[in-house]
Parts: sequence; structure tokens; C-alpha cells
Amino acid sequence: MNKIFEKPLYAYEHSPDQGTPAPVRHQVVVIGAGPVGLAAAIDLAQQGVEVVVLDDNDKVSFGSRAICFSKRTLEIADRLGCGRPMVDKGVLWNRGKVFFDDRKVYEFNLQPEEGHEYPAFINLQQYYVEEYLVERIRALQGEGAKIEIRGRNKVSAIGTHPEHVTLEVDTPEGSYNIEADWLIACDGAASSTRAMLGIDFVGRVFEDNFLIADVVMDADFPTERWFWFDPPFNKGQSALLHQQPDNVWRIDLQLGWDIDKEREKRPENVIPRLKAMLGEDVKFELEWVSIYTFQCRRMEQFRHGRVIFAGDSAHQVSPFGARGANSGIQDTDNLGWKLKLVIEGTAPESLLNSYDSERMQGADENIVNSTRSTDFITPKSETSRLFRDAVLDLSEHYDFARPLVNSGRLSTPTVYEGSPLNSADALDGPARSRPGAPCPDAPLGDAFLLSKLGDGFTLLTIDADAPDVIEEDGITVNRLALSFKDDPSMQLKARYLGSNDSAVYLIRPDQYVAARRPSYDDSLIRSAIRRAAGKE
Amino acid sequence: MSDLILTPNFDTADDFYADLLETHEGLDKPASDALNARLVLVLANHIGDQQVLQQALQAAALKSA
Repeated sequence: MNKIFEKPLYAYEHSPDQGTPAPVRHQVVVIGAGPVGLAAAIDLAQQGVEVVVLDDNDKVSFGSRAICFSKRTLEIADRLGCGRPMVDKGVLWNRGKVFFDDRKVYEFNLQPEEGHEYPAFINLQQYYVEEYLVERIRALQGEGAKIEIRGRNKVSAIGTHPEHVTLEVDTPEGSYNIEADWLIACDGAASSTRAMLGIDFVGRVFEDNFLIADVVMDADFPTERWFWFDPPFNKGQSALLHQQPDNVWRIDLQLGWDIDKEREKRPENVIPRLKAMLGEDVKFELEWVSIYTFQCRRMEQFRHGRVIFAGDSAHQVSPFGARGANSGIQDTDNLGWKLKLVIEGTAPESLLNSYDSERMQGADENIVNSTRSTDFITPKSETSRLFRDAVLDLSEHYDFARPLVNSGRLSTPTVYEGSPLNSADALDGPARSRPGAPCPDAPLGDAFLLSKLGDGFTLLTIDADAPDVIEEDGITVNRLALSFKDDPSMQLKARYLGSNDSAVYLIRPDQYVAARRPSYDDSLIRSAIRRAAGKE
Repeated sequence: MSDLILTPNFDTADDFYADLLETHEGLDKPASDALNARLVLVLANHIGDQQVLQQALQAAALKSA
């Protein structure tokens, strides 16, 4: 096999930083070139911050790993220059089937809401996402952006100081030292950064093992998500079948707790399981097999002085609901603009405290949702199983029970309710675009709203007067002037105006609503800008 | 805001009780337990109101207010 994850994508190269008399200082160092680390680096580099990514490997992730990317992630990827390739390559799906024992209990069709540039979710192997992000880094380098990615650079020691971090880095040519004003740790659930700093990571362990197998097959299974509870081919356990690009299918089989992992991973044991599931006559090739257990946990705080944790290094969830990579990329979306303002001295360092509070809220929401899914899929007591089976039996006969069936609640972005960056809601408008909420997309003729927001603060005015540019204490806010008539389908009106004739929205660089009012008020909007930048 | 009714509210209490037992007639323990679980879910959906449901859970746990 000649798979993308077998060839070095950022091969080791000698860096001028190696062998300098004094360690070279960088503005930001990112540890980990997974989707989260790469997204963080691109976001910063696009805003003119100098950044170096270090990874102990030199390839994209081995195996498909994360395979479901949500709309919010695609919108963020769009801002980072990778949204289109992800959607073009990804598999779109809306239909799902739920099986219980030997029968199909129901099927569903997740009709997407109209008027969004990006679909609710796509299936795409993590290695493709990483490849597109690395390509984007190469393109940024071509444009002169100060962004570097160093393969086979393993951080072996970290020193923390009030104003910087020191790093010892091991390479095939020996070790060298560098310094960073800021360090972002995106080195995954088993974060060695976290271990080196001696920080706790406690939570709930789920006593279960899951076999993941990616198989390549030319099967005539439809592009649907099939989920089995207690199927004949995996009695007492669960199973999932889901399609990825290139005729790769993801199969998840719950195995229970007391198993011999090494034994179960061997092809001679995996293949009969898959045949029992897919049918004896289906031809397939195993691309990747892994056995995982999981925990639901998060750090007590994500920022430790000049070291900031993002993604799985900061919080870990069960895989049900696609909340790992999606929430990690949302971490970087939240962090990028704040760190940039702090680095350039426009905002106080305390602005970064809101990264902690907002993203911990996100992590807690993800942990609650994925824990509930896990409790439904793998009931841990007799009573829990009794109710789970009752729900499934009822769902075969009655619609009402179907919302209770929980095989994973797909990731939606967190509303930062009560964030200190929000100004009080001064518009009696739609709840979905209240302060603290991510901006819903809306069609604007040939284009879409979110693609017009850019990397900075935006003052969105709908049928309202306002200055075209506002400068407030170093922060520049550009106006996007629209009329409800710009969207004949009236979705802009439904999502931003409601029953109002006009509205003014202050939108953060991460496309979250900071404040909204029926009309422009200079002193109130300036105060909202200061608040959104952590200055009040 | 509606409250859980904890005063007599059956049309005919004895009839309901007899029907309940009759529905379980002939079932072994696991089948009876499963029926009870389904019944709880059917009734809970009929109520729908999360506040009333919470009060019902508390009442069933004999945690009187």
C-alpha cells in the first residue's frame, strides 16, 4: 500500500536555530502537528504572528482517526484557507439507520438547514485534513509568512518563566534549545507537555474497549451511518459502520472490558468479526486497526502562565459525537485572535483568561454530551440497560422514543453564555445570534455571510448607519454594511433581525457575537469593543 | 408553570390498578421489568414538561418536598 500517511510530509531538516551560541527566541511555539496544532499555527501566521510548529514525527496521522468534521470546523477551516478542499474531498451524508438485535428499528434523515455555505458535517479521514493544513502552511510560507514546521523535533524538556518558556528539542542530529514568548501544547491526550509540567488530568475512565477498523471495499452499502445496538454478530455490544472517501469504511466494534488487546488486534481475529458483520462474500482489505479505551476528563485550567493547552491535551471525550478534533479546532479559533492582541500589546494578558473560561465551558458541554452517549451505548448497570432496551424497543413502534436514542450527539458550537467578553443583549432579536453565540451563516446572493467577516473585528450593520471603520484603543473594527434585501430568501432577516427593522452587531474575530443593538450608538459600541478585547 | 398532581386524579383508580396487573399477567420477571420500563417512558413522554418530570422522579424516590 502506498498511503498518504506513510510518506513524510514535513521531513526533518537542519534548522539555523541548532548550534547558535544563545537559544533563538520565537513569538509562539506550537507542540504537535495534528489538526489542532496546525490550525493554531495557521491562524496566528495569517495574523502576522511568528510561529514554529514542532512535532516528534514527520508524517500525517497514522490511520483515519477523527473522521467526522462539523460545520463549525469547516467554517473555521474556511477562514484558514482549507474549507473548500475538505468539503470537496469529504463524504456528505444525511441518512442513518438504527438497528437493535437482528432488526432495523428506524431510520432518519437529517435534513440540513438551508442557507449555509457548509454542510452540517462531512466524513473525512484526519490525514487528509492534516495534509490540507500542511499545504496551507506551505502556501503561507510562499507568501512570506513567518511559519515553520519542524518534523522529528521532539521536545524533551520545558522550563517555564514569567515572560517566556525554554525548550530542549531532540532531533536526529542531537538536541538544541529554543525559547518562546508563548507555548501552545497541542500534543494530544497523552500530552508529554502536560506530563513534563506535572499537571493533573483527572476524570472518568470508561471500562470498555473498542476495535476500530478501516476497511477498503467496493461494497454497495449506501452512504449512511449504520449503528447497531446488541447485534447478532457482536452480542451484548454495539457496532458502527460509516463511509469515508476512497471507499474506506470505518467500523467500530465494542469489545467489552476483559479482553486481550494484542490478540484482538491480530488480523486473524479481526477478519472473522468483520465477515460476521459485513457478510461472508464481501471482499475487503484492512487499512488500519486499532483498539481504544477512553476517558472523559479535562484540565482544571487550560492556561498555565505562558503555556496554553488546546485540543485533547486539555480535554478528552469519548469518540461518540465527533467532539475531539472539532472542539480542539474550536479552541484554536478562540485562542488565535486573543493571543495576537496580547502579543502586539493591544489587549491585556488577562484577555487570555477568557480562553480558559469560554473553552472550559465548551469542554464541559462536550464531556456531558459524550458521557450521556456513552452511557446509552454501553449501559453500565442492569437498570441502565433495561431503560436503554426499552427506548430501542419503543423506537421501533413510536416516533416519540427516537429522540431518546443516543448513538452520539453530533458536535455543535458552544454558546459562551455569560462570558465576560459579552455585552448585555440590547436587541429583542433571534436567540440564535445573541451575544455569546457563534454567528449563523446566511446566504448573500452568490456569497455567504461568514466568508465576508475575515480575521478581525466586524461591525455588521443591517439597514443601519454606522462609521465604516472604528478605531478604539488600538482595535480596528471594519463595518460590513448589509440590507435585509441582500438575501431574498429572507434568512439573513430571520437569523439577525427577527421582528426588528435594523440591527448592529459587533462580531469578534472568531465570528462570535459580542454585542448587538437596534442601531449604532458610538459610546456603547466603543464600550462593547473594549469589553470584547478584555479591557473592561 | 405546572405542578405534578399528587392528589387523587384517576378516573377510576381500581380499574387502572387491575389493568396494570393484567398487563403483567403471565410475564416472567425480565419481561415484566421491561414492560415497566417502557411504561415509564410512554408516560414520561405524555407529560413532557421537564419540571413536572423532575417532580415525579423526586416523588417516586419518596423524597417529599
